Amino acid sequence: MATYRRINVMDNNGVHVVHFVDKKIVDSGTIEQLGDELTGLVLNEKKNMLLLNFDTVEFMSSAALNKLISLNKKVKDAAGQLKLCCLRPEIGEVFKITRLDRVFDIRKDEAAGLGAFKL
Amino acid sequence: MWKCDKTIQSDLDAGHASIEELMNALESAGWEGRDVFHIQMAIEEAVVNAIEHGNKRDATKQVHIVFVVDAESAEMTITDQGDGFDHQNVADPTEEERLDQPRGRGVLLIRELMTQAQYNQKGNSVWMRKERSKDDSQDN
Repeated sequence: MATYRRINVMDNNGVHVVHFVDKKIVDSGTIEQLGDELTGLVLNEKKNMLLLNFDTVEFMSSAALNKLISLNKKVKDAAGQLKLCCLRPEIGEVFKITRLDRVFDIRKDEAAGLGAFKL
Repeated sequence: MWKCDKTIQSDLDAGHASIEELMNALESAGWEGRDVFHIQMAIEEAVVNAIEHGNKRDATKQVHIVFVVDAESAEMTITDQGDGFDHQNVADPTEEERLDQPRGRGVLLIRELMTQAQYNQKGNSVWMRKERSKDDSQDN
């Protein structure tokens, strides 16, 4: 099993819930490592039912958004599902401004996120 | 009023250290909540753009940073030594076919989150101003 430094992953009945270690996702090294770890989940560990829980994340840059877009493509290619939950209002606003709220399935809390998966 | 006027190398660590100074100055001036998030988002995009896209991380090039903060407003000017870009013709990243493309989102966020934002003609310098919200729970 892979070891992760930027995320924690828990299996919840077939859906892998991802929590972020970093409060602020801005540093380019952190963003690269985060992108690699998320990609590794899908491509190496074949975990393609992912719920990203942002409850610990206070800030993220648009470079981090790009990693999520890349992850979304990989999950779709693997016929999986990617959902987001627990975004702070300010981060939710960034998704709205950039219209990425139309690209991602964003749910209010973890229970709603888990309930949205079609297993 | 707090003012910072300095020149940094094209290095992201130096850029983030400057952003941290700005964040501390905002906190000292009583800024909080959404306004601070908006400023951090915009300045992060501007500084990273200057270093990565403007100066292309060229160690011989520098970024000039000016921050002016008081209790009611914050002004930031970021200037790089790159070739600039055509800021009036940036492709709209919110168009359906561009939603999954990486470019243009930083410029959009700067314009949307700041009270005012202006690029110079060459496109290698951006000036931004944020007025503090009257009520932090309301839109600005």
